[in-house]
Amino acid sequence: MNKEYTEAKARFEAGVMKTLQKNKERKETFSTGGGLPLERLYGPDMTEGTDYVKEVGFPGEYPFTRGVQSTMFRGRFWTMRQYAGFASAEESNERYRYLLASGTTGLSVAFDLPTQIGYDSDDPMAQGECGKVGVAIDSLKDMEILFDKIPLDKVSTSMTINAPASVLLAMYICVGEKQGVPMSALSGTIQNDILKEYIARGTYIFPPKPSMRLITDIFEFCSQNVPKWNTISISGYHIREAGSTAAQEVAFTLADGIAYVEAARSKGLDPNVFGERLSFFFNAHNDFLEEVAKFRAARRMWAKIMKERFGVTNPKAQMLRFHTQTGGSTLTAQQPENNIVRVTMQALSAVLGGTQSLHTNSMDEALALPSEKSVMIALRTQQIIAYESGVTNTVDPLAGSYVVESLTNEIEEKAFEYIQQIDEMGGMLTAIEKGYVQKHIQDAAYEFQRAVESKENVVVGVNKFQIEEKNKDMKLLTVDASVGERQIKKLQELKASRDNVAVSNALDAIRSAALNESQNLMPLIIDAVRVYATEGEICGVLRGVFGEYTENIVL
Amino acid sequence: MDERKIRVVVAKPGLDGHDRGAKVVARALRDAGMEVIYTGLRQTAEQIVETVLQEDADAVGISILSGAHTFYFTKIIDMLREKDAGDVIVFGGGVIPDSDIPGLIEAGAGAVFGPGTPTTVCVEWLEGAVAKKRAKE
Amino acid sequence: MAVDTLLEKALGGDIRSIARIISLIENDNPEKDALLKRVYPMTGKAIVLGITGSPGAGKSTLTDKVIEHFRRQGKKVGVIAVDPSSPFSGGAILADRIRMQRHTGDSGVYIRSMGTRGSLGGLSRGTRESVILLDACGYDVIIIETVGVGQSEVDIIKIADTVCLVLVPGMGDDIQIMKAGIMEIANVFAINKADKPGVDRVAAEVRLMLDLVKDRPWVPPVHLTVAENGTGIEELVASIASHSVFLKSNPDGVRREWRRLAFEVEEILLQHITRMTEKSWNAYKTDEVMELLLSRKSNPYAVAEDVLRKIIPGTRVV
Ligand code: B12
Ligand SMILES: Nc1nc2c(ncn2[C@@H]2O[C@H](COP(=O)(O)OP(=O)(O)OP(=O)(O)O)[C@@H](O)[C@H]2O)c(=O)[nH]1
Ligand SMILES: [Mg+2]
Repeated sequence: MNKEYTEAKARFEAGVMKTLQKNKERKETFSTGGGLPLERLYGPDMTEGTDYVKEVGFPGEYPFTRGVQSTMFRGRFWTMRQYAGFASAEESNERYRYLLASGTTGLSVAFDLPTQIGYDSDDPMAQGECGKVGVAIDSLKDMEILFDKIPLDKVSTSMTINAPASVLLAMYICVGEKQGVPMSALSGTIQNDILKEYIARGTYIFPPKPSMRLITDIFEFCSQNVPKWNTISISGYHIREAGSTAAQEVAFTLADGIAYVEAARSKGLDPNVFGERLSFFFNAHNDFLEEVAKFRAARRMWAKIMKERFGVTNPKAQMLRFHTQTGGSTLTAQQPENNIVRVTMQALSAVLGGTQSLHTNSMDEALALPSEKSVMIALRTQQIIAYESGVTNTVDPLAGSYVVESLTNEIEEKAFEYIQQIDEMGGMLTAIEKGYVQKHIQDAAYEFQRAVESKENVVVGVNKFQIEEKNKDMKLLTVDASVGERQIKKLQELKASRDNVAVSNALDAIRSAALNESQNLMPLIIDAVRVYATEGEICGVLRGVFGEYTENIVL
Repeated sequence: MDERKIRVVVAKPGLDGHDRGAKVVARALRDAGMEVIYTGLRQTAEQIVETVLQEDADAVGISILSGAHTFYFTKIIDMLREKDAGDVIVFGGGVIPDSDIPGLIEAGAGAVFGPGTPTTVCVEWLEGAVAKKRAKE
Repeated sequence: MAVDTLLEKALGGDIRSIARIISLIENDNPEKDALLKRVYPMTGKAIVLGITGSPGAGKSTLTDKVIEHFRRQGKKVGVIAVDPSSPFSGGAILADRIRMQRHTGDSGVYIRSMGTRGSLGGLSRGTRESVILLDACGYDVIIIETVGVGQSEVDIIKIADTVCLVLVPGMGDDIQIMKAGIMEIANVFAINKADKPGVDRVAAEVRLMLDLVKDRPWVPPVHLTVAENGTGIEELVASIASHSVFLKSNPDGVRREWRRLAFEVEEILLQHITRMTEKSWNAYKTDEVMELLLSRKSNPYAVAEDVLRKIIPGTRVV
């Protein structure tokens, strides 16, 4: 920096020292929500070392720090996609049509836990859980109802499904078939990210090795048959919700991404091709500046990883495209209306971070599944940012902010440190087996909890500015308790009316293919789904061959 | 040297995978000097009750955020009573609507703690409840 | 409940009573010695297997598979799984049983988790005596999973008939270090995670090292295992069984049993002496005494001597 600047800065700092003698600052040291130290003031000297063209660059160009499209939201807004689903296919279908009518531009299906873990509604393990936190899907029959009157060639659908992703994707393909939509025209996303299930989300079924095979089978099948489908959504969202810091969120997500790319490559797939269909999913927490920086850092890091580590030359396969959801765990049961404000800030950070799609959480997050009214407010929040805030009218408006660029660099540096440690350990699978990742997340979660309890971190309405709240006058969503029984009845009818010989043949075919690693399971699963084999039956066969995973606890 | 440590099982019943709260609470109980037997995810009521008996736990803490709380709380409490272990303290937390809590207490739960509860409150409550229980023995 | 009734019920197979007595043992309840003395004649039938190895080596996963094996033979299995207690709070998170939870519904399996509670040898204070109880209660096989050990936590050898040391690939040079202490205690080696690269190297290194002891009457067999899917467990368990036979038929086995019994007596002596000295010292430790010490008018040796004399008249410290 030039002499003038240095002198001016010295003068400023001397002035600050005087001020500090009179008035101390609120804290000894300041840091981001993720614990990165924050200076009092950021100036041009802090980003002096950053080579603009190489490290920041232009939107739509490597390393994509400023966004994946050249015009970003001046072209079109992000997809407004609200995660929803509860009870049975009938109720959820109604909710989806309501959402589409209110202006959501993509669907996002939440399944109930038995569906996510490969149990039919009549399984003893499903007792008490059917339709509770998402929609119960047992067979193609349910899926047909779920998308009734929703044209699959017009909407893009995201499905939060992981361990049994192949089965649900197969069902979606079959529904398309029945609607006359070929699979090549289907667009959407399956989450299909098993590694973060072991780390943070908990809906795993099989051990890592066969799980990775199921995933790469999907990569292969879709690149040939369902080219517009995002075959995976590599998710940091859940890692963050489980308690990680922002830098850990980026690091562990990208390390998962590296593991998937490696697995697919060793199956002979070309990262220039399947790389285009990898998508990501991040969290937007409260620390506004850090979050904006995080999204930008993640984009730059992934581009570097794809290019430098995997030799990817196709720019589309270098781009990190991502969905964002606002941070559920920042939302409080106390004074729930305050959550609207939190969600607004978080959503704004995602938009300023250049997200491709967004879910805004509802104010009743910490109380129950969102009610219709609170979902509407959440969606309106996105629309207000899009149409009224003005931040969408110029690309990456926070670029060049000294603090945002500095934090972008710092997150990148910190995250690459974690990734290096994971590499040294032998990769993400080993790091998970050793409990390394889980331990870091749990430590961060515990530290956060203690900081709240000691009031070092203030959570408005929880440890400061509390008020007496007598029966919160909010209408909460309640799920009809009879869903389980209804599903069981549907299953009985299905099993009585379908071609059971065809089902058992299809299941046998899956069993023998499961034993043969070189065979792609996807076409066989589609065959089974088409003759109405249930999800539980298919997963049951795979459980028999692959075994089941037991979580690794390091507390 | 007869020092009786508090032994508590922290359990995640059913298919619910939300374990952040359970793990935070487990650690807090540990840091308060208790022996915490952590069951991990996907436990049936039978497994939880059997664990409590085998481990001679003073208490069982149930963490549940999936909405299946009434089902599991009542089942676990009933099964403990059936096994002549009705003296074991049953408590817990998670996302549980206020309106469901009185029902759980009536069924026999000692206390239910919702989001935002300081872990120190959970720890102190349990210490008190165990002291009361031991005084009766 | 009266200890007698508790014991009666425990011997009759009541799980909760067994669990309660183990708590009495862990808490050093004054009545536990009499109880153990009573049941001691009923013991000696069980096979006591120790499973030890570094943290995360797969001890719990292996234990789960070994339980399964013995259950198929109709044997009753007791497990004591030890995890470290925090030296700061004294609390502990006991999580070994997560990997064995599928056996909880099986009435032929009893699993108990223990914190080390300050014990340094890789076991916990109550482990040895809990084995006695489980043996008396008719458990045919008693498996002890130690804490994840370094080099010095070798107490397991004082309790178990057979010690299985679990090693994993990728330990690099650690094995050189481990040679010193822990390798000596193994009767059977499980090279676990054999699905990973580097197993052969570990196995070769262990075998090389065992070459040095090839003249001993028992040369520890080395098995490759994948605890996650059960590969190699049959062979491992077969070696455990032949080690049991060896112990009964070989003079070495008898010597080992002597050592174990001597250790048991020493332990009991120590426990009692500790208890007595603690009691005596607590009674003696007035503010006055402490003041005298503080002002150096008295000294720790003299005080210790006085305390001891209350227990054994005429003893001298120096
Ligand atoms: C974090 C989170 C997640 C994370 C979980 C990460 C993890 N490993 O735990 C992720 C992103 C993975 C996740 C996923 C899902 N989630 Co979620 N999640 C949350 C969220 C936002 C916060 C929960 C949390 O961890 N808070 C922080 C911890 C410290 O607090 P806590 O758990 O409440 O614990 C405190 C107290 O409750 C109490 N406590 C808790 N347990 C115990 C136990 C004992 C013994 C004691 C004494 C006290 C105690 O003390 C703790 C300290 O104060 C809540 C909403 C909310 N804000 O509460 C939704 C929420 C629980 N999730 C919900 C849903 C639906 C899901 C999904 C099922 C969605 C789907 N269909 O796929 C998935 C599936 C997860 C699964 N496998 O089960 C719903 C549940 C709805 C319901 N009950 O009716 C909620 C309420 C959100 C909503 N409104 O829709 N989720
Ligand atoms: N790849 C592979 N992983 C294994 C095998 N056995 C166990 N593991 C994994 O190793 C990790 C630790 O397993 P545990 O059985 O808990 O190990 P432990 O030795 O009991 O661990 P501590 O009690 O914490 O010392 C888990 O992630 C297991 O899934 C195996 O044979 N192969
Ligand atoms: Mg273990």
